[in-house]
Amino acid sequence: MRPPLKASNIIPVITLLAVWQGLCSVGLIPSYKLPSPIQVARGFWDLLTLGMPPGHSLIYHILYSLWRVFVGYAAAMATAIPLGIAMGWSARLRNLVGPILEILRPIPPLAWIPIAILWFGIGIQSAAFIIFLGVFFPILLNTIDGVRSIDPVLIEAARTLNATDRDVFQKVLIPGAVPAIFTGMRIGVGIGWMTLVAAEFTGVRQGYGLGYMIMTARDIQRADEIVAGMLVIGLIGLSIDGALRFLERRLIRWR
Amino acid sequence: MSLDISHLSKIHEGDAEQSDIRIFSDITCRVETGRFLSIVGPSGCGKTTLLRIIAGLEPASGGQVLLDGEVVRGRDQRVGLVFQEYALFPWRTAIRNIEMGPEIAGVPPDERRAAAMQYIRAFDLNGFEHAYPKALSGGMKQRVAIARTLIMNPRVVLMDEPFGSLDSQTRNDLQNFLMTLWTRRKDTVLFVTHNVDEAVYLSDQIMVLSKKPTHILKIFDVSAPRPRDRTSRESNRVRKAILDLLAGPS
Ligand SMILES: Nc1ncnc2c1ncn2[C@@H]1O[C@H](COP(=O)(O)OP(=O)(O)OP(=O)(O)O)[C@@H](O)[C@H]1O
Ligand SMILES: [Mg+2]
Repeated sequence: MRPPLKASNIIPVITLLAVWQGLCSVGLIPSYKLPSPIQVARGFWDLLTLGMPPGHSLIYHILYSLWRVFVGYAAAMATAIPLGIAMGWSARLRNLVGPILEILRPIPPLAWIPIAILWFGIGIQSAAFIIFLGVFFPILLNTIDGVRSIDPVLIEAARTLNATDRDVFQKVLIPGAVPAIFTGMRIGVGIGWMTLVAAEFTGVRQGYGLGYMIMTARDIQRADEIVAGMLVIGLIGLSIDGALRFLERRLIRWR
Repeated sequence: MSLDISHLSKIHEGDAEQSDIRIFSDITCRVETGRFLSIVGPSGCGKTTLLRIIAGLEPASGGQVLLDGEVVRGRDQRVGLVFQEYALFPWRTAIRNIEMGPEIAGVPPDERRAAAMQYIRAFDLNGFEHAYPKALSGGMKQRVAIARTLIMNPRVVLMDEPFGSLDSQTRNDLQNFLMTLWTRRKDTVLFVTHNVDEAVYLSDQIMVLSKKPTHILKIFDVSAPRPRDRTSRESNRVRKAILDLLAGPS
């Protein structure tokens, strides 16, 4: 699917970096607005060694952010997948829960930040809750679709092999919905990661997190560290998506 | 085990916009133990519906299904069904499709793998046991589907146009394969087909259904010994009689 890393892929990136560096070097772009790639690289090194705020190294910011995403994401998977399978299976449940979800779904996850802070205070629970909201709906909707797209004759085939409802769930609905669940998980990871950074802008008690780090760098006008932080966020997002794709290919060889 | 269908009828209940649709009524017949009965009839006359009722996948509107004279209600483990379009689980390999029934029944992994492997060998699927359905030919898929049903050792086997979507050569091969298998196992079989030649080649008896509203036109006996000659006088005679009946006013 994704083309492997080859020269033809790297050339545009190198060109971009060169042009960017050139524009900065001749002074066309002021470095307090957009620092040059070399300055960004130095900013990255400072983030790693000195930390921002000092003493708070990039590594810890990454770990805290990943942990928050993981908690929110895991909670969303644990609820959205079973609920999605049940809703895909039962039209009654769909009619019952569907309208409520339809009201909640259009509310952007970030709009929940104030109420989340009211409920959970500033801290991991708030951030995880926001991520949960961002991830929950894509996984839920895709799971429902996945179950509904399973050919009903497969369920009947299982019935003729004496499957109980439980067997149908475990051996037909879940495996049949896995591709769609993965699609939901990949959309969810993207949204979750985006949501996280925004959630961290609004403050985190522990003083760690990539969003918090960037906002702190902004407070003291370190554009180089802001851009370095942004790139780190992008690269981590890319890696997570890559890992999920890898898992998807391994798990769904039957399609 | 003998199968009796007694005065079976099926009506799809209409609603405000649509009146009731009578699919068939008063279908009565008996398949003796170890006999092979085929059902032929025009498309849409209710053959699939009839098998689904016998398999307990949907209720009848009237009448009864009996196994060895005892009334069956709903799904009965002694009845197996081979579906019209394979209905293999696409996420399971050939062997794991065959293992599905034993797995549901709680047979230990080693034991069910060994049992499924016997079917792989007997059904000429060697080398494809770990292939997913998408990688199998139509004939192979159908053999997997038949194996998946037979591994449950049903006493009555229902088959819904199992060879309907195969090319004629593969179809002939599978008919011969099925006959060899059946001659050995002597299951009680109810076999639905569009194809009169196929019915004549395989069956002890052939039940001919009319267009909707469906009823039984006639039940033919085919007494020619097996293995049969597809072009023998007896085969031709029965084939002609059935085709005339299907073509005639009804
Ligand atoms: N839910 C339903 N409501 C109304 N009519 C239905 C419903 N389901 C099936 N039918 C009708 O029942 C009839 C019998 O369908 P069935 O699939 O049993 O026919 P068939 O003999 O197996 O046809 P084919 O040879 O094409 O497989 C069809 O005419 C179909 O239109
Ligand atoms: Mg049919």
